[in-house]
Amino acid sequence: MTITLKPYLRLSGLEPLVVRPETNFINVGERTNVTGSKKFARLVREGKYEEALSVARQQVESGAQILDVNMDDALLEGVEAMKTFLNLVQSEPDIAKIPIMIDSSKFEIIEAGLKCVQGRCIVNSISMKEGVEKFIEQAYICKSYGAAVIVMAFDEVGQADTKERKVEICKRAYKILTEDVGYDPQDIIFDPNIFAVATGIEEHNNYAVDFIEGTREIKRLMPLAKVSGGVSNVSFSFRGNDHVREAIHSVFLYHAIRAGMDMGIVNAGQLVVYDEIEPTLRQLCEDVLLNHNNDNNESTEKLINFAETVKAKGKETVKDEAWRNSSVEERLKHSLVNGITDYIDADTEEARIKYPKPLDVIEGPLMNGMNVVGDLFGAGKMFLPQVVKSARVMKKSVAVLTPFIEAEKEERRQAHLTAGTTNEEGAGAAKILLATVKGDVHDIGKNIVGVVLGCNGYDIIDLGVMVSADKILETAARENVDIIGLSGLITPSLDEMVHVAREMKRRGMRQPLLIGGATTSRMHTAVKIAPQYDDGVVHVLDASRSVTVAGSLLSKEQKTDFLDATRKEYNKLKEDFANKRSAKAYLPFPEAQKNKTTLSWSAYKPVKPEFTGSKVFDSIELSELVDFIDWQPFFISWELHGKFPEILSDEKVGREATQLFNDARKLLQQIVDEKWLIPRAVVGFWPAISDNNDTVTLIDHKGVPVKLEFLRQQIKKAPGQPNVSLADFIAPAETGIQDYIGAFSVTIQGIEPHIKRFEAAFDDYSKITLQALADRFAEALAEYMHFKTRKELWGYATSEHLTNEQLIKEEYSGIRPAPGYPACPDHTEKYKLFELLGGEVATGIHLTESLAMYPASSVCGWYFANPESKYFGVGKIEKDQVENYAARKNMPVEEAERWLRPILEYE
Amino acid sequence: MNTIQKCLEERILIIDGAMGTMIQRYKLEEKDYRGERFKDWHCDVQGNNDLLSITQPAIIESIHKEYLEAGADIIETNTFSSTVIAQADYDMQKIAFEMNLASARVARKAADEYTAKDPSKPRFVAGAIGPLNKTLSLSPDVNNPGFRAVTFDEVADAYTEQIKGLVEGGVDLLLIETIFDTLNAKGAIYAVKKYFRETKQQELPIMISGTITDASGRTLSGQTLEAFYISLSHAKPLSIGLNCALGASEMRPHIEELSQIASCYTSAYPNAGLPNAFGEYDEQPHETAHIIEEWAREGFLNIVGGCCGTTPDHIRHIADEVKKYQPRQLPVLEEIL
Repeated sequence: MTITLKPYLRLSGLEPLVVRPETNFINVGERTNVTGSKKFARLVREGKYEEALSVARQQVESGAQILDVNMDDALLEGVEAMKTFLNLVQSEPDIAKIPIMIDSSKFEIIEAGLKCVQGRCIVNSISMKEGVEKFIEQAYICKSYGAAVIVMAFDEVGQADTKERKVEICKRAYKILTEDVGYDPQDIIFDPNIFAVATGIEEHNNYAVDFIEGTREIKRLMPLAKVSGGVSNVSFSFRGNDHVREAIHSVFLYHAIRAGMDMGIVNAGQLVVYDEIEPTLRQLCEDVLLNHNNDNNESTEKLINFAETVKAKGKETVKDEAWRNSSVEERLKHSLVNGITDYIDADTEEARIKYPKPLDVIEGPLMNGMNVVGDLFGAGKMFLPQVVKSARVMKKSVAVLTPFIEAEKEERRQAHLTAGTTNEEGAGAAKILLATVKGDVHDIGKNIVGVVLGCNGYDIIDLGVMVSADKILETAARENVDIIGLSGLITPSLDEMVHVAREMKRRGMRQPLLIGGATTSRMHTAVKIAPQYDDGVVHVLDASRSVTVAGSLLSKEQKTDFLDATRKEYNKLKEDFANKRSAKAYLPFPEAQKNKTTLSWSAYKPVKPEFTGSKVFDSIELSELVDFIDWQPFFISWELHGKFPEILSDEKVGREATQLFNDARKLLQQIVDEKWLIPRAVVGFWPAISDNNDTVTLIDHKGVPVKLEFLRQQIKKAPGQPNVSLADFIAPAETGIQDYIGAFSVTIQGIEPHIKRFEAAFDDYSKITLQALADRFAEALAEYMHFKTRKELWGYATSEHLTNEQLIKEEYSGIRPAPGYPACPDHTEKYKLFELLGGEVATGIHLTESLAMYPASSVCGWYFANPESKYFGVGKIEKDQVENYAARKNMPVEEAERWLRPILEYE
Repeated sequence: MNTIQKCLEERILIIDGAMGTMIQRYKLEEKDYRGERFKDWHCDVQGNNDLLSITQPAIIESIHKEYLEAGADIIETNTFSSTVIAQADYDMQKIAFEMNLASARVARKAADEYTAKDPSKPRFVAGAIGPLNKTLSLSPDVNNPGFRAVTFDEVADAYTEQIKGLVEGGVDLLLIETIFDTLNAKGAIYAVKKYFRETKQQELPIMISGTITDASGRTLSGQTLEAFYISLSHAKPLSIGLNCALGASEMRPHIEELSQIASCYTSAYPNAGLPNAFGEYDEQPHETAHIIEEWAREGFLNIVGGCCGTTPDHIRHIADEVKKYQPRQLPVLEEIL
């Protein structure tokens, strides 16, 4: 058998990218470009490479197939910045999987970049502007690193602006590259220069046509070569008016791609669909771009005038009510897509009268509207908060119809009774059961998933929180659900999920199992849960993914393939995990203990707290906490990722984030004014010493010693790096120093009646916002109490002056690590903590069997005042430490292993 | 004499087996490694196998001959670690060049002797270019992922010196092998291209052999097999293939994939199975050969041999099994989309 290979452009990151004719248009991510993104430029300038990486990650997540990296900034050491960033990208498989486009006008930066990337890159760009000799030299260098090249249509005379010049320069460069340098034609990409149109200068009016027609001719003459370009240039005259710019980009691409353009540097998230541009605007864009009817800038003037009206409209506060004049179906759709509840009752009633049966309204206009919502969300054109608002409109409308549907059903039942026939109602929508597993109380994420799936037409059975395996599986069987979804936030929930999976197998169930929640991961699902159940286990990263996953699982055609692919992927992950786990070296526990943090105790004078024992704080006002709120996690809970407050002006999600923020501030004000929630905190301090290993002994208020047990990092560290344990931050007995340790718990009570009220009003949006705000209040209260502790209660940092931002960045002295989190990953130490603070009565917090705290908006932790104390992760530990730890805690080793499973280095 | 290209059109060529495994059989001690010349060397050199080409050339020559006798068409020079970077472990950076020269000459001599015996079966010497003990895509410091222990220029310079020694010693081919970090291999390719361009010599054919480290099907630096192949395709190699880390049965799916996507010849030289608990390889010659026979039957192969744990016996069995099959045909490269 002879294999044939096509002359495709083949690029690679960790994974291949083969550009085939059917690949269509390739999006090159443009945000990791300091000349194009102010945010990225600032992050790089400030050396915040971690955050700069997250910009790259966002690009990949929003569909970039190649990542353009540009460090051409006068304030930057370009070579160093390029090297640093690309080296870091290589360590992030999520980003490094796609090929890199190394973008610079300085060749030394390009070459520095080529030396950092193992995959096959694109160089952007080289040209003949400094003569043929230099061009050839640079092309040779690019070729010796295996890079494809973008050649700008630029020669000694200047940048090509007409079609003829573009074609002529590209032809010349092509001949040199293929004949003299030995480039394969498919590895040559031309950038025939996209220039701004509608500048008011008539000579510029044909620029788009020149590009499009130039592209057509280039592709005709050199069919294997590619054409690329920086799209946003074309609309430069309309900067500040994104609405018009996006339309121009779409229309431009529509024509350029047809002419043969293969790839472009674009903000993929901001493209509107050509068909969806309002016809007037689209026509104006066509005229300007194609230079039609444009004598004396006629078309240009028209588009500029139109742009002015759009701009003005944006500023108007008066609502545009024109949509009220359309048909009832259109109005319902408009309300759904825009989340407007004002008219939904009346419109629903109107539709009910118009349609033969009330159910027809749901299956007709309402579902049509929700399908639009689902499509827009799927395409990244709507964001989660908007979808949840749409769901609220849907639920309200259905509530209007329900009594009539029930009455009809009853009528039919009676009719059947009289006629002596049986009643067979249709099977209805697919059912999805959702539950937060036993021992866990967190459900914001699960609620969002429920709403999003509900919006997509599924029937959701939400069993709430702390649901036992038995109840989940019984309900699933009784209701004959199609999919079961489990959620959990704390680590012990992972074991409970494994248990549910095992039970499903034992009971011979067949439904696919979805796994989600903050503590879950694809890796854990692949390694621990999937092997327990054979009928499909899928990890769902967030609400937006849940729709496609549910869709695949419920489609007869796709289900088998989808599950097979998932299974294959998980097996691979599992194997990787098994193979990789021994790669890191661990120390025998006694050696890790020996390599503890060395603090100079002789110079240390612990501050004595204002009181010892514990104290309840139950008269804190919510208003005192508002300034302590860290908003960033609030947006993350809504799947809007980005830094606060920058997210409010983010190009992509800024508008939605601002809307959400305004709504949240409004609700927050109401919560504060009407005292919906009650903050409660307990703080305690006790004299304490360490045993110079991992045990801290404190003396409680009755004079009884209580031993706190901590875990120690066991991974082999670089020379000079200690294996840290929290116990290292308390003075050892032998120093003779009297040290102290503190503890706190905070909770936000009183949310339940308000949740119930929102549920009754079908208002998931307000419900989820309220839950998220309660979480923010709990965190703010923890921050507030820590602040008070540092300044007064313990008083070890009386002269501290920190801004809110510094607080969020934890720039204060001393730490407040929480049991169950990285520095002290054992949840069971919470028993001691709560006992010390006065138990459920004093704290107002109930501990579940998995040691989750109820109310869910609660935080607890230890206080360490030593200025050398810092946050860290214990990481994985070996069996010898677990045995030692279990003995110290007087706990069977198996039980300790069960609680510590996520951090065990061994099986 | 037939060129290697001509031979590859006609049959599946056999590359030799492990050098290290064979050296172990001699149970050499520190003094044997040092020989007369390095008897006063200031640090231990036992385990520096490449040094033996200088201090014990007779042993290396006799190992080459055992493989030639077993039927190997291509023998690899004893130069896996003969670079200034790898030799730093023994403080022998200054001798790296000489090691390449000596190793190439030993192998050349053995190969020529066998070609002379039977000119219809010409033997080729491949200059072995190993992966280095420092890597360009991975940080050795988990807390500092952007850190690199070596630069691209240092890697390229080290390889340039190695290539010079190998070429001057008379090798026929350059074999960049056991690649677990593609960027290191790009450094080697860069060095090859630059060396021949600057010395204005005809470029020797390049063979490339990567290492898939585990069942994930990826290299240690994280690339899939196809991404790996694409990343190095600019070398315009004579062959691309896989060696080390896996035994033949684990390597099969990857060789199959490579045989579908590679526009050049394919090669494979797996380990003798996976190591047992003592780090030894127990797969028997007939077992390895049995697995490889199927690859040949399926048409995956152009060049085959053995890596860690394989012996002249393995090579003999493999050669016997594959000789009945036609080699893989090169794909047709279309010129239009």
